[in-house]
Amino acid sequence: MNKVHVQSKLNGENIEFLCEPRQSLLEVLREDLGFTGSKEGCNDGNCGACSVILNGTLVDSCLVLAVEIQGKEITTVEGLATPDGLHPLQQKFLENASLQCGICTPGFLVAAKALLDHNPNPTEHEIRHWLAGNLCRCTGYDKIIRAVQEASAVMSKSA
Amino acid sequence: MSDNSENGKYKVIGTRPIRHDGAEKVIGKAIYGADVRMSGMLYGQVIRSPHAHARIKSIDTSKAEALEGVRAVVTSKDLPKTNEDDMIDLGEGMTRLKYIRDNILASDKVLYRGHAVAGVAAINQQTAEEALSLIEVEYEVLPAVVNVIDAMKDDAPLLHDTLTTDEMGEQTDKKSNIAAHLQHKLGDPEKGFKEADIVIEHEFHTATVHQGYIEPHNGTAIWNPDGQLTIWTSTQGAFVVQKQVAAVLDHPISKVKVVPTEIGGGFGGKIPIYLEPVAALLSRKTGHPVKLLMTRAGVFEGTGPTPGSYVRLKLGADKSGKLVAGDCYLAFEAGGYPGSPMFCGCMCIFACYEVPNAIVNGYDVVVNKPKSAPYRAPGSTQVAFAIETMLDEIAEKLGMDSFDIRLLNAAKEGTRRVDDLVYPRIGCVETMEAGKASDHYNTPLEGPYRGRGVATGYWFNIGFKSCVTASVNEDGTVNLMEGSTDIGGSRTSIAMQFAEVLALPVEDVNPRVGDTGEIGYNDVTGGSRTTYATGYAAYNAAQDVKAQMIEIAARHWELSADDVEFTDEVFKSKKDSSKKLNFKELAKIGSADDSPVIGKGSVNLGFHIGGSFATNIVDVEVDPETGKVTILRFTAIQDAGKAIHPSYVEGQMQGGSVQGIGWALNEEYFYNADGKMENSTFLDYRIPTALDLPMIETIIVEVPNPTHPFGVRGVGEANIAPPPAAITNAIYNAIGVRFRELPMRPDRIIAALAAKRESEPLEAVAGS
Repeated sequence: MNKVHVQSKLNGENIEFLCEPRQSLLEVLREDLGFTGSKEGCNDGNCGACSVILNGTLVDSCLVLAVEIQGKEITTVEGLATPDGLHPLQQKFLENASLQCGICTPGFLVAAKALLDHNPNPTEHEIRHWLAGNLCRCTGYDKIIRAVQEASAVMSKSA
Repeated sequence: MSDNSENGKYKVIGTRPIRHDGAEKVIGKAIYGADVRMSGMLYGQVIRSPHAHARIKSIDTSKAEALEGVRAVVTSKDLPKTNEDDMIDLGEGMTRLKYIRDNILASDKVLYRGHAVAGVAAINQQTAEEALSLIEVEYEVLPAVVNVIDAMKDDAPLLHDTLTTDEMGEQTDKKSNIAAHLQHKLGDPEKGFKEADIVIEHEFHTATVHQGYIEPHNGTAIWNPDGQLTIWTSTQGAFVVQKQVAAVLDHPISKVKVVPTEIGGGFGGKIPIYLEPVAALLSRKTGHPVKLLMTRAGVFEGTGPTPGSYVRLKLGADKSGKLVAGDCYLAFEAGGYPGSPMFCGCMCIFACYEVPNAIVNGYDVVVNKPKSAPYRAPGSTQVAFAIETMLDEIAEKLGMDSFDIRLLNAAKEGTRRVDDLVYPRIGCVETMEAGKASDHYNTPLEGPYRGRGVATGYWFNIGFKSCVTASVNEDGTVNLMEGSTDIGGSRTSIAMQFAEVLALPVEDVNPRVGDTGEIGYNDVTGGSRTTYATGYAAYNAAQDVKAQMIEIAARHWELSADDVEFTDEVFKSKKDSSKKLNFKELAKIGSADDSPVIGKGSVNLGFHIGGSFATNIVDVEVDPETGKVTILRFTAIQDAGKAIHPSYVEGQMQGGSVQGIGWALNEEYFYNADGKMENSTFLDYRIPTALDLPMIETIIVEVPNPTHPFGVRGVGEANIAPPPAAITNAIYNAIGVRFRELPMRPDRIIAALAAKRESEPLEAVAGS
């Protein structure tokens, strides 16, 4: 099958790659670009473990074709921390023990970042509603919600 | 963050440090099973049976093998030849080797939809998937049986030609789907019932549910030409994978190395092996590393689940509410091969209470569903649903408070259980007392269609085998090598116990989970044993390091070791108070002049090592229009013995509670008449989401476990047992209907409300 040339921006860096038209963004991220932070839990858009931000919109990368990101910007979990340190969400996830096995964590972090980008001061209900597309089987969500609340407070203060 | 260390008794234990493996997990760099990548790696897929029960007449792989990009196809013919009577013990008693091999790749029959039949390796995932459609399997479809009651009938279709019932340890010659019958008896149940003032009896049904971990199963294997096989997999126990793979492939255990990757959830479901031997066979055939990843449908249809169950329970009580007799009949669906946690159900049914006269009969029954796997307190949730809702019924008849009837009957030290175990010090009463005294229980719940329920549950907790090694570095930090899969922060809980002994900052202890070539044997992360047993091994290793460090100090000061002590966080001479060194100073001296310090801890802590009890309080609201049950408030209470890292203890309690909530309200396998699962996606098999829940309040009770140096009781499991019963009791108090079947789906709630209106047309249904 003929491969398609795609140029885009991944975590702020310009990238280009060749992919088959059938390949999902998740597959290209993991298998071709070596960005394995985005996880595959279901490959049908139901678990959110592969969440990425595509031009400001939260998407399941398993439901996006890689060719669709031509000219667009992608943020994955690998793009949250900087050389200066962890993103406040990452820090609060650690402080609150918001991960047990950690497989859903990249998706939650990306989804929570997308939420705070849209709504810097969400209520508990807004957080729960926004994160309802991300499944966690270990924590019962309590400590995840608290981490997002605390990160929101920290980021509002420093903003 | 609060610091739970008791008035300075502990320096590290009871604090809430950030986990050692945390940073790499939040930046997306931790390597899970699916992230493994090898040079020249091929990708594999497994073809699964579309039928619930069928005889395999033939498998033609030639078209698949001819497809461009396909490197190999394997079927059961690639496994060693198995005789019908070959038996093997993989740690859970003698089992037929044929059952174990057939569950990896079916030979003569498929016993459930999703049963693996063949594996393919190809240059990429897509080619492997394409090849699956070219494998031609000819089946003779047989009638399927997917319900435990039907499977026990005399005219039921038989799954196995050779299976006969094990009747309390004796093999009978009766061919049956009943693999085993177990009985426990205590006192004189018949007499007890005669003397009872109240006797009630009910039947209960629970649906098949899945562990539901977010990471699908995976396995990557390299079979080198010298016969050395290395497997990377996310598993709850690398050594158990090693043992099982060696048995399945008839390969020397010394030639099988298992490297445990980070693991994305397990809850018991990642103890059995599925893909690992298939990846190994494909690697042997191709000479390349082969990676297999399971699809989500494959996870639902081919792994786990926990058994659907039928429980019939009769309870007798006197006028004061004291239980005088119990009689339980329980039958669990084992899935395609024998081995449900029926025996655990038998142990757990009366485990929270003193029932002086009791009998329990348990049946392990094969049905055309995936071979069941452990799931968090296996078998306990099913039986807690029965006894905890019936206790509430007795309390109601007697006008008693829900906690008062439980406290009146609660098991305590010295209570003899139906399976003849006599309890050591346990914290059952304490969890109930904490519930009764809680803010939640003492806050009135008001409003129509709202109700509150309570329940208690139990898990026995195992000890088993663990070992660790601890190497002291020049700078006084320590590398702690352990062999227990870290599935939820246990690395840190184990390091904390090591650090406590030597008064080290926990950040100076670097825990790592080793592979089967790097550390001695460790049993699985399961049975709520890891923080308890591997923590105990770490405690012993720290004592060993301490003794060696004392030797170094003694040599340095030219004293005998007896004249050196470790107190107040420093090594010091008993003879000269000016001679003292802290751990770091002494490590530096030792690294210059002495042999390297390597401590070891190795334990085998047996079976019953002090169980954990969990009590729940839950408030619900039922929507009479839609039948939806909303959890308004939930409090989880559990005896942790001693909480090493309270945040991760709370996490276990919250996570287990929410799995129990899902079991109660949403989760079930839907089968059609042909035995095909019809909801094998996360959309249709609906686990709780963030939006379905309130915060889960936690109360950690600490009744120290006398068998552990810090008093630890494992907290991984008991927490899943009470929620379905507590929610059932809450729903009763909301709408006056007692459910005896799980899950309590909206359609069942609506039907029950309608039936209630029909039978009581003039009575208000709720709001009383």
